[in-house]
Amino acid sequence: MSEHHIVTPKTYITIIAFLFALTAATVWVAFQHFGDPWNDVIAIGIALTKATLVVLFFMHVKWSERTTKLAVILAVLFLVVLLLITMSDFLTRGWLGVPGS
Amino acid sequence: MSASAEAHSPELQHHFDSMEQQRSASTLGMWAFVAQELMFFGGLFTAYLVYRYLYPIGFELGSAQLDIKLGGFNTAVLLASSFTMAMAVWAAQTGKKKVLLWMLIATLALGAVFLGVKYVEYSAKIEHHLVPGYNFESDSPYAGQIKMFMALYFAMTGMHALHMVVGFGLLLFYIYHAAKGRYTPEYSHPIELFGLYWHFVDIVWIFLFPLLYLLGRA
Amino acid sequence: MSTLITDSSRSNYLNAAYGIKSWLLTKDHKRIALLYLVAVSIFFSVGGLFAALIRLELLTPEGDMVQPDIYNRLFTMHGVIMIFFFLIPAIPAVLGNFILPLMVGAKDLAFPRINLASFYVYVVAGILGVWALINGGVDTGWTFYTPYSSMYSNTQVTLVAMAGFIAGFSSIMTAVNFIVTVHRMRAPGLTWFRMPLMVWALYATSIIIMLATPVLAITLVMLMLDHSLHIGIFDPAQGGDPVLFQHLFWFYSHPAVYIMILPAMGVISELVAAFSRKKVFGYTFVVYSSLSIAFLGFLVWGHHLFVSGQSVYAGAVFSILSMLVAIPSAVKVFNWTATLFQGSVSYQTPMLYALGFIGLFTIGGLTGVFLATMGLDTHVHDTYFVVAHFHYVMVGGTIMGYLGGLHYWWPKISGKLYPEFWAKISALLVFVGFNLTFFPQFIVGYLGMPRRYHAYPPEFQVFNVLSTAGASVLGLGYLLPIIYLTWSMRYGKKAPANPWGAVGLEWETASPPPTFNFDDDPVVEHEAYDYHHRPEEPRVA
Repeated sequence: MSEHHIVTPKTYITIIAFLFALTAATVWVAFQHFGDPWNDVIAIGIALTKATLVVLFFMHVKWSERTTKLAVILAVLFLVVLLLITMSDFLTRGWLGVPGS
Repeated sequence: MSASAEAHSPELQHHFDSMEQQRSASTLGMWAFVAQELMFFGGLFTAYLVYRYLYPIGFELGSAQLDIKLGGFNTAVLLASSFTMAMAVWAAQTGKKKVLLWMLIATLALGAVFLGVKYVEYSAKIEHHLVPGYNFESDSPYAGQIKMFMALYFAMTGMHALHMVVGFGLLLFYIYHAAKGRYTPEYSHPIELFGLYWHFVDIVWIFLFPLLYLLGRA
Repeated sequence: MSTLITDSSRSNYLNAAYGIKSWLLTKDHKRIALLYLVAVSIFFSVGGLFAALIRLELLTPEGDMVQPDIYNRLFTMHGVIMIFFFLIPAIPAVLGNFILPLMVGAKDLAFPRINLASFYVYVVAGILGVWALINGGVDTGWTFYTPYSSMYSNTQVTLVAMAGFIAGFSSIMTAVNFIVTVHRMRAPGLTWFRMPLMVWALYATSIIIMLATPVLAITLVMLMLDHSLHIGIFDPAQGGDPVLFQHLFWFYSHPAVYIMILPAMGVISELVAAFSRKKVFGYTFVVYSSLSIAFLGFLVWGHHLFVSGQSVYAGAVFSILSMLVAIPSAVKVFNWTATLFQGSVSYQTPMLYALGFIGLFTIGGLTGVFLATMGLDTHVHDTYFVVAHFHYVMVGGTIMGYLGGLHYWWPKISGKLYPEFWAKISALLVFVGFNLTFFPQFIVGYLGMPRRYHAYPPEFQVFNVLSTAGASVLGLGYLLPIIYLTWSMRYGKKAPANPWGAVGLEWETASPPPTFNFDDDPVVEHEAYDYHHRPEEPRVA
């Protein structure tokens, strides 16, 4: 039962408090002017933080064995591959002018 | 292989050697399932990213059509349901059968609130003729782009809501068995695995909320 | 272990229970594999029938047998059925299902009920596909390119997309089952680097299925929404981007090529080792080549989009990445060849298929490097060169591997030996027929004959006649195994536990195996393919 860690309510309460606070923060930030990319960057950053908290504590990955951690990393990695490589097309389409247009 | 005491658990399936093997196998299976769920939503996130890049103005205008209060409220509701779900897992692991039952019921109730709010939001969109493929109308010069935003809004939140409905049905099943006292510290992993699913659905919403409701408000 | 006696009174998975219910509700991975075998064979025959009709139409330059719109449906349904209902499930769900738990020394797959569910999900998808077929079929090509499929086609796009969507879940279920079984159910002593290469191949395949299939599923959902509600997610007239559809589609469908070929490569590794009586040369390299094919396979999908309006810069990167896949593929081919070197090679039917695979896959793979070259692909894109290329990989690769594996494990599956003479004849027919069908297509494609047309200029006729003639031979080659394998189930000679004198856990249990696979829990003490440590066992077959 080595990998079977029981997380206590105290931890859960701390985490949910963080999650509520971050939700309030992201709504507040949305109405502030931080300049062009920064609003988006902060919003995504907060979402990533919240997701990480849920994965690590609610889903117990912090205490999980290596295979589980690997599965999480693998899934996220391939999602990034899908997003990044698809965007590599859209981001560079304008680089080469189309003759005649 | 010497049969340990717990190998005689009535919940042990014949092709596993021990409860521990059964637990670790089903946990890994659930994580593999969650990984494929992530890629499933990943296709929608890709479409969102591409069209937001192509149509930044239309997406700002589209985002302004959404009710930030309802969205924010629902985010809190779903986070709270994740908390009660996590508590349910704790109760199952420590053998607190009553707490388990009530935490599952609380999760169900919060899920119902979420879906109820979603229903209110969808009704408003129908009323305002914002449903692509059904009654979309707009006189904005960016009508086409707003329509694309709304199409993705419905695809993403709709697919999320569908997962909520499935989770809802599963919860009823677990509540039924929890009421009968089936889950013990030795046999808590069905609750743990369902928790993984529920938290995953929560995570999807953690991203949907800023992407759909918040970006471009400043 | 060779003292194991197989007498007919022994209880095995075939005679453990009787009656239709004991089959349709079975949770035994071996019986589910047989259910899949039947279903997959039916779909293969249907897909083959479409292929026959296509070849018949192309016998003459004029479009004289069918109307163009019927021809469009023929090649679409051929592609959909062969890919989603035959090639993808064939090796994993039939051979993998049967052999994986035996190879890792487990009593069953980790989730037997999910395994059975995957079969029924597959059947539901198949019925939906056939239903769509009866109601007019679909004419978009198996790739469902938008906006034709989403906005203009009046055929059963939604139904067929739904069938593909559902079939996807069936393969995800199988994949999750395999991943967990490999991680959690290995026999004591069976460390990762003692696993047979077939297990590694199935494991790598399962990871691809798990990560790629859901993207196709959600893409098909968007397509169905587009087709039924005309929302225009992929319609350029409404601001949608059809190239985005192609990105999402090929994010799955290119890795799907490796879903189809990797398990076949695993089979070939088993065959080459067993029929050379040698450890596979560079075992570790072959393992890593499977994993790197699985990984690289996700980075190259854009080579399908060279002429679709994709950015030239992205295209250049995709071009280079695509060529990288040739490296692990070549590692495999070289290592199989090196395994043959100084081996005690024997030429039974499975080995004939393995040797056929190595040659044909090499041709298919090398022409793939041509097509990965952006400049050359612009020239031959959507010609018969491409058709020939992927048939060399899919038919010359996957189906050869499937048939080789089916013959190799048939004694284990059925408990009977197949007739070697007829099997050799059929292997020969398949090889000759295949090359006669598809080699001329390289030439005619290079000369400029486009794919997906029912008529063509008369100067291409000679190649098409050769192709159609080859297809008839190939068809006969495929028909024979169906006949003699079925025949052997009843009349074949009884198979011993290890007819090939091969090593591997699957040969240490009876043929056919008992319901829970092994009488005593197996313990592994050696590396895979340790022929040099074993006394020579006789080959009975």
